[in-house]
Amino acid sequence: MLRIKCPICGLRDETEFTYGADAIVRRPDMDETNPQDWLNYVFYRDDPKGPHKEYWHHVQGCRQWLVLERNTLSHEIGACRLAREVPK
Amino acid sequence: MTSSRLSTGGRIDRSTVLKMTFDGRSIVGHPGDTLASALLANDENVIARSFKYHRARGIYTAGVEEPNALVQLRYGARTEPNTPATTVMAYEGLEAFGQNAWPNVRLDVGVVNQLLSPFMSAGFYYKTFVGPFKGTGFWMLCEKIIRQAAGMGRGVTLDDPDTYEKVNAFCDVLVIGSGPAGLSAALAAGRAGAKVILVEQDSTLGGSLLSAPVGGDGDAWLDKMKAELTAMDNVQILTRSTVFGAYEQNVYGVIERVWDHVLAPPAHQPRQRYWQIRTKQAVMATGAIERNMVFGGNDKPGVMLASAARTYVNRFAVLPGRRVVVATNNDSAYAAALDLANAGSSVTLVDARTQVPEKLLDSLKASGVKVLLGHGVLTAKGRGGVSAATVTTISPDGRATGTARHIPCDLLAVSGGWSPVVHLWSQRGNKPVFNSAKACFVPVNSAIETMKCAGASMAADGSVVAVAQGFSAGATAAIDVKAKNSSGDAPIAPKVSHGDDWGRDLLSINTITDDNGKTRGKAFIDLQHDIKQSDIDLAYREGYVSVEHLKRYTTTGMATDQGKLSNFNALSQMAMLQGVPISDVGTTVFRPPYTPIALGAIVGREHGTHFRPTRLTPLHDWHVNNGAIVSEAGAWMRPQYYPERGEGLREAYIREASHVRKHVGMIDVSTLGKIAVQGPDSAEFLNRVYVNGWKMLPVGRLRYGVMLREDGIVMDDGATARLGEHDYFMSTTTANAAKVLALGEHLLQTAWKDLKVHLTTITDQWAVIAVAGPKSRDLLGAVSSGADLSRDALPNNHFVHGEIAGVTVRIHRMSYSGELAYEVYIPSGFGHHVWDALISAGVPYNLCPYGTEAMGALRIEKGHVAGPELDGRTTMKDLGLEGLASGKKPFVGSVLRNRPVLIHQSRPCLVGLEIEGDQGAQAGSLLYLDTGPTEGHGEGWVSSATYSPALGKNIALSLLQNGPERLGETIRVVNFVGGTRQRAKVVSPHFFDPSGVRQND
Amino acid sequence: MSNYSAFSIFRHALSGNKNWSRAWRDPDPKPSYDVLIVGGGGHGLATAYYLAKEHDIRNVAVIEKGWLGGGNTGRNTTIVRSNYMMPGNTMFYERSMKLWENLSQDLNFNVMLSQRGQYNLCHSPGQMDAARRRGNVMRANGIDAELFDRDEVRRRLPYLDYSDNCRFPVHGAIFQSRAGTARHDAVAWGYARAADKQGVDIIQQCEVVGYLWEDGKIIGVETTKGPIRAGKVGLAVAGHTGHLASKAGLRLPIETHALQAFVSEPLKPLIDTVISFGAAHFYISQSDKGGLVMGGDLEGYNSYAQLGGLPIVEHALGSAKALIPSLSRLRLLRQWAGVMDMSMDGSPIIAKTPVEGLYLNGGWCYGGFKATPASGWCFAWTIAKDEPHEDNCEFTLNRFEHGYQIDEKGMGPQPNAH
Repeated sequence: MLRIKCPICGLRDETEFTYGADAIVRRPDMDETNPQDWLNYVFYRDDPKGPHKEYWHHVQGCRQWLVLERNTLSHEIGACRLAREVPK
Repeated sequence: MTSSRLSTGGRIDRSTVLKMTFDGRSIVGHPGDTLASALLANDENVIARSFKYHRARGIYTAGVEEPNALVQLRYGARTEPNTPATTVMAYEGLEAFGQNAWPNVRLDVGVVNQLLSPFMSAGFYYKTFVGPFKGTGFWMLCEKIIRQAAGMGRGVTLDDPDTYEKVNAFCDVLVIGSGPAGLSAALAAGRAGAKVILVEQDSTLGGSLLSAPVGGDGDAWLDKMKAELTAMDNVQILTRSTVFGAYEQNVYGVIERVWDHVLAPPAHQPRQRYWQIRTKQAVMATGAIERNMVFGGNDKPGVMLASAARTYVNRFAVLPGRRVVVATNNDSAYAAALDLANAGSSVTLVDARTQVPEKLLDSLKASGVKVLLGHGVLTAKGRGGVSAATVTTISPDGRATGTARHIPCDLLAVSGGWSPVVHLWSQRGNKPVFNSAKACFVPVNSAIETMKCAGASMAADGSVVAVAQGFSAGATAAIDVKAKNSSGDAPIAPKVSHGDDWGRDLLSINTITDDNGKTRGKAFIDLQHDIKQSDIDLAYREGYVSVEHLKRYTTTGMATDQGKLSNFNALSQMAMLQGVPISDVGTTVFRPPYTPIALGAIVGREHGTHFRPTRLTPLHDWHVNNGAIVSEAGAWMRPQYYPERGEGLREAYIREASHVRKHVGMIDVSTLGKIAVQGPDSAEFLNRVYVNGWKMLPVGRLRYGVMLREDGIVMDDGATARLGEHDYFMSTTTANAAKVLALGEHLLQTAWKDLKVHLTTITDQWAVIAVAGPKSRDLLGAVSSGADLSRDALPNNHFVHGEIAGVTVRIHRMSYSGELAYEVYIPSGFGHHVWDALISAGVPYNLCPYGTEAMGALRIEKGHVAGPELDGRTTMKDLGLEGLASGKKPFVGSVLRNRPVLIHQSRPCLVGLEIEGDQGAQAGSLLYLDTGPTEGHGEGWVSSATYSPALGKNIALSLLQNGPERLGETIRVVNFVGGTRQRAKVVSPHFFDPSGVRQND
Repeated sequence: MSNYSAFSIFRHALSGNKNWSRAWRDPDPKPSYDVLIVGGGGHGLATAYYLAKEHDIRNVAVIEKGWLGGGNTGRNTTIVRSNYMMPGNTMFYERSMKLWENLSQDLNFNVMLSQRGQYNLCHSPGQMDAARRRGNVMRANGIDAELFDRDEVRRRLPYLDYSDNCRFPVHGAIFQSRAGTARHDAVAWGYARAADKQGVDIIQQCEVVGYLWEDGKIIGVETTKGPIRAGKVGLAVAGHTGHLASKAGLRLPIETHALQAFVSEPLKPLIDTVISFGAAHFYISQSDKGGLVMGGDLEGYNSYAQLGGLPIVEHALGSAKALIPSLSRLRLLRQWAGVMDMSMDGSPIIAKTPVEGLYLNGGWCYGGFKATPASGWCFAWTIAKDEPHEDNCEFTLNRFEHGYQIDEKGMGPQPNAH
């Protein structure tokens, strides 16, 4: 079981969170009209074997979206920050 | 084999006699016994039958590694198949039964399978049973017979009468195992002030010390350690508890067998308790398991691990044999030989090694043990049980070099070396390394920073080293968790008998063969699955050489013991065949659980109605008390209909729906998702998440909106009201409330950080009652005050505040049914009160509550889409909602919704169907051209169907290719699985009052 | 190599089983092949087999970094079914089912397909409607399907929870009688042996570390056993597709997720069919050895580790007891995990890639095992003819650009929800 250190609530079990998505993909600006940019955001992933930045939602806690660094091969967990504090 | 209870000794309470039965025969035991020790004490030798050949099997071990003595414990609803007798504590009234045998384990006719054993070599079933014909018929015929023969014990179909519970625990240092290393670790960490949990699978602390003779130095040491540990408030001790799994981030799963050692748990007590332990550090002091040796007949009743024989003598005061041959390749069996001899057996020790320290030999000679060096056991002889061992001189690679001779015996105690219990360490994804001096796989202690291994699990050189390792591991763990105090000095290790350093000078041979390198007779590697050495040879010959192929092809190591005894011997045989070191062969992956765990224990109390949470609206009790039939809607329970006088579903919903169109009805819609959207940029937020525009919505108004997913597919719909300048009240469908909220929060916190908007779920804060029907205004006008509900003052899509029965409520005017209708929003706590007030006030208006089924009929009549149409694959165009989308602004999904296939002409689009004939259509039916074949995916499908009381017809909503262009066409509606074929006319989905006269009244 | 039969078993038994030959050779890689398949799981081996058998392309190698069938072929819940509703899926899986039904004879290896049927339980009227649509699509396409009401399910599966204490009462079920289970390892071994017999080189312990390029085309692979040239390279490495595609510069609509499975201690026959719970992602069947084989939900986060955590153990065992309360005292013997290619619509990809010389087979989500024969058959076709067969023509890499999402569950582009 993963345990995630929410910057607001502290160290909590995985079961309080839901996994969001790859946090590297960047949502295009609202007025972007190029479909390829949207396809890249919605469908295509690097899917790395190793370090990964990803969104988690502390859905049964503070309801903040977090950016967690985690290794997809070892499941080792690194830094966890509030998504709103991570620069675009 | 004749065995019996010794008159003295043992860690049993002789003052109490426990009456038990095995296969209906009485046996007696004492507290402290296991079922296995009691069976041995009562001369029960044949306990079980093996999986494939139904060979008679006795008790082979004294622990969780037991491959043979599996019994069906208890009967009726509490029965537990495949239970190792070695792990069951004796209790008064215990009943155990032999399994996998007919008529019983003593006289099992299945034994004829042995005659077929040449035809049942490894993987034989892959090569036959295919049959002469095409298809799977022949195999399935054979399979039926194979399945009956396979399996072991019997499961039940009765509900479990016992309860289970779950504990979440936190500690600094988890110590697993309470032998010398584990106790020392717990002591060091405990003294340092760390919060320690010590877990022991046995019923009492001590580990290997419990197998030493009573009254020795080990007992005194154990007492002292126990006293110091139990005196510490920061040390919690769990016995009868197994750490079954080690998971990432130092989470451990533990099953505590709270009341498994009695006939039935006391009232209100759990049978087992599942601990989820989160620790900072762990010390694995899980010991080692002795291995057997591979030789002909090594599975017979009367063959036993040497350490187990010693445990039965010393711990349980049972003499497992009077004439004993001990066969070994290492020092550890000397203690067994000595203790057996001292207990009265005549013992011959057969050591594969030619050189043994004099000290060891002297002690045995003093007790009258004969020692044969450079010898091995080629076969165990005897029918039903061991009557003699065939012993011969052997070469250092285990081949017979001399002529064999028989040594009569009733117990053959074997030691082929030891395997450290590396499971928990390895479960974390680590591969153990081979220690060639001690011929075993050991953990790499540095591999997991937060798990330290100590003692025999690290193949420590005997107890002195184990104590030192354990203490050091505990002390270091305490430092790592920043414990405040010092651990002090390590305890002086207990003096134990010879041979506790099993790795010293071990001769790494596990198989004794004749001079041609062949085992004599049936020589087993995996006892429970009947995997012989020749099966490993065959797997090698056929190219199944990877350990995983070996395991899967032969099924070695896949039995209920998961190869605790056999894996090493299988690996070493494969290494020998390949001519490579065993380290090159490697091990298979260790997976949880360490020992099998009951499903119910993990489930705890979350079963039956508590399997998942149930969400109830504030009005739920009223519905139930007034006869509603409630049904599941996701996590919610909602009234489906309110039957009157024996009505069924159909009569009830038709009555309810007609009533709404004629008079007034009311329905609990509290399950709608509700989200407070607040902040200066709320309008901009709504503008982005909804397809339609929100910037011009004035305070006091509400608007229907549709949301798309990022990929342009319709996700949700609902109405949002503007309560104040920066304050909006969004409603979502019941099903999508959580999804919409999470998406909104995601966008605001990741992509739209500049928007000043906060979202709060307020679903549970508001009860909502929809009041619908031509008399709804009159009813609400009569029951409320302070709100002008007149047509001009409150047109559609407006809301107003008012008071009902003393409660301030918000009344939205909007209609789902197509009637003049309102939604009354009430603070949850007053929901019931207001509902009651409406019921009372509704009498003169002929008010009637209606359920979700009638609501469905009403919305289908109006052509409103709901869950069946919003199936995650439909676009706005498909649903006829295209007109809502604003062309002036971007919104979520606005680019990708225009991908070519999503806007293609021929996509199935929403239409209505009028079904011909008396029979209604079934949702899920497929649509085909009126003439032409009815095959393939068809032209579309029926999404929702109902009888329309307003039209007096059976109608349906469906998605039909080019639908809107096909109004008036007759099509075929086919329900293949229901066996019905109907015709229907394609019509507009707006069946009833399409211009909306009624709702705008 | 000897033919397998009851007679050969008899004959070999008489000679002490000493004369069985290797099931497949263990060759060193040749410098060059016409087609190189990366991934020695069921899909890769089947592809090689059908390349040789159907297209007479025999200069083929399958390279595998570990041992054959060591990926998801060897760690799934062995269910075979063809109950797919979406155009693009329906006939592909039915082709697979038809190949399955004669696979043991075709391969001369008993893959133990047991057509004991599969029930998809429904727990609400809405689920019954969805099941009806699925069943109708199946029947309209010549696939067997039946829709049962609660009483019929109760008659057939009396051990489910029908009590008032049940959280999600059974409303009915959709049943496919031709569905069932097969012996997963045997599928890899059977294809390996049959492909080997056709001349295919099967090379284990050989990991791809990169590609050989020429003029922007892939002309082979760099491996731990050296470079191997190939006219065409096919990837069939589910669970590692994203990883190997990225080495070729491709970004895919795929994420890798871990999925756990569970097996109980062996019991005498108790459940003689396959049952899928409709109220949670959970399915159960009983193996020929007697163990109850159970599958649950994804861990939920991207993972290449074949490790599972306790939350999913709790989810799966909780579902088991909710479905069949009497399983409470049954003991779990082993849990394990595999890593899945989770695609953005829950459906696979069998297609040429934009990189010349590279062909892709992946994105199988949970569905890969049952697809094995058709996947190999269609991938072989696609490689041999440089165009897809009718049955895999929708499994393209660029379908998302066109908006052709084959989304059986309607969950949208959320890989962990499929």
